[in-house]
Amino acid sequence: MRWLRRHYGAHPIHLLLMLACFSVAGYALTRIHAQGGISRIVLWFAAVLILHDLIGWPLYTWADRTLLRLSSRPRPDRPASVPWINHVRVPVFLSGVLLLISFPLVLRLSAADYASLSGTSESGYFGHWLLVTGLFFAISAAVYALRLLKIRLRPHPSEPSPKLLGRPTAGS
Amino acid sequence: MVLADDSDAQGMTSLPHRWRSPVRGPWLTSVFGLVLLIGIPIEFITGLLSYAAYDPKLGSNDPNPSHGAFGLYVFNWITEPSWLYRLIEGVHVVLGLVLVPVVLAKLWSVIPQLFAWPPFQSLARLLERISLMMVVGGIVFEMTTGILYIDYYQKYGFSFYTGHFYGAWIFMSGFTVHVILKFPKMVRSLKSRRLRTELRTGLAGTLPEPADDVLVASHPDPPTISRRGVLAMVAGSSLSVFLLTAGDTIGGAMRRLDLLGTRVGAPGVGPNHFPVNHTAAAQGVGPLQTGAAWRLELVGSERISLSRDELLVMSQLTEVLPIACTEGWSTVQRWTGVPLADLARLAGAANATSALLETLDASPTYISGSQVHARQSLLALRVNGADLSLDHGYPARVMIPNAPGTHNKKWMQRITFFEVD
Repeated sequence: MRWLRRHYGAHPIHLLLMLACFSVAGYALTRIHAQGGISRIVLWFAAVLILHDLIGWPLYTWADRTLLRLSSRPRPDRPASVPWINHVRVPVFLSGVLLLISFPLVLRLSAADYASLSGTSESGYFGHWLLVTGLFFAISAAVYALRLLKIRLRPHPSEPSPKLLGRPTAGS
Repeated sequence: MVLADDSDAQGMTSLPHRWRSPVRGPWLTSVFGLVLLIGIPIEFITGLLSYAAYDPKLGSNDPNPSHGAFGLYVFNWITEPSWLYRLIEGVHVVLGLVLVPVVLAKLWSVIPQLFAWPPFQSLARLLERISLMMVVGGIVFEMTTGILYIDYYQKYGFSFYTGHFYGAWIFMSGFTVHVILKFPKMVRSLKSRRLRTELRTGLAGTLPEPADDVLVASHPDPPTISRRGVLAMVAGSSLSVFLLTAGDTIGGAMRRLDLLGTRVGAPGVGPNHFPVNHTAAAQGVGPLQTGAAWRLELVGSERISLSRDELLVMSQLTEVLPIACTEGWSTVQRWTGVPLADLARLAGAANATSALLETLDASPTYISGSQVHARQSLLALRVNGADLSLDHGYPARVMIPNAPGTHNKKWMQRITFFEVD
């Protein structure tokens, strides 16, 4: 047992779990093979894994880093400001997920099949998605404007506004 | 008992990549993990039940005839309550969509593991990474096939049923092992911070988790979003997905928000204005076959032919029943027609143990004896007080309580009743 632990690198039960997991997966592959279409299915399985891990993730990370660089650029002309990055991140994420779950409809990739099966048209979806996306950005912008307004209206603690300086204030 | 040596405890580092996120860490990962630990088993169980609802043991019904041991749990599908399949399939599809942002967030939170260096220090670690490819590839594959299927994109070159069903088993075998190995760490990580405290902590108070884990950046950037911000963004995304798609199956007031569901509109007018799957035109069914010459053939110990008028003068039953599609959408309507059990009796097969439904568009389905005799099973001739429209199955369609929509056969031509055990 100690031998196994040293050479295998984990508890023997770990090995048993792995073997069980691969057996079930292997059995599933034999079932897919019996039913047909195994090469396409394995190809798609690998393709979506690569699509997420090696294309999707690097792309959205790169986009986020770019956004971060833009948002952290110092703006000496505007001293009082509110970080805006999340007001872009959030609507982009929400809108992106919606596109992800409905892209065949939004981009009309299945227009012919959809029309003949449902008796209606896919043509409305692109507009729906744009409408919702626009709404997300509008709400985000409104919240940002409110936050900005709040900070502009509040006098800066370290440099009180000159108007207030002359007035006698209690306790000062 | 420690089954797996936590890689992070062995001083394993991550590739030259400099992970910079100050919020990434085992606590955040575990929160997403816990949501998926609840959601994914619901997806799996509703998926298996949806398969069982096809009554795969009957005739040619089985969309996965090579299921082997993966079909051992299959039982005769029940007919009551009539809304059960609608609920099961609605939950399966809507919850699946709602979990998409959670899965994306979970995968983002563990991405440093993908580039962990060295890639494996032991055989155990290598095997575990292979099993993780089954988990990550599996969940992305299941979500991709599911989304493409409900959105009618069919050009992926394999049967959806084959891919989604066996893919789920491959995913679940990896997922189960992953949960067993990581559950203790998840519990430990969840206990390391209080959710309530996190929800009260804004950007200024957001500090990285302790740096003794491969997920935590060794040189984090200053925070640009708090943990509660990340959680709110993911939850908000799930909520928006729910609100914009769930009306497809919940109906009612939710339909008004249903902008991105698969059945935003419906063809037909008046009482026949509700969603359709497979139009008459697409199935090649037209007035030639459904005109005055149409007859319904009943085959049992006797062979009988009935015109629509003859069916209309038989004793009629009205039932409110859903059409619940495998694609997740559903619609509940008032159907009127002849009880299937009456037709079985008429054909001299009062004790039918199964029946074959044959249609003008050549898509036969077998139903069980309990479905033939179910109190609410109908050969529907009218809907909401009007004749069925051609798209809804005129001259006559079968409505079976709690069956998948695809078993509610339209454009009926022949019912063959079998009386064998």
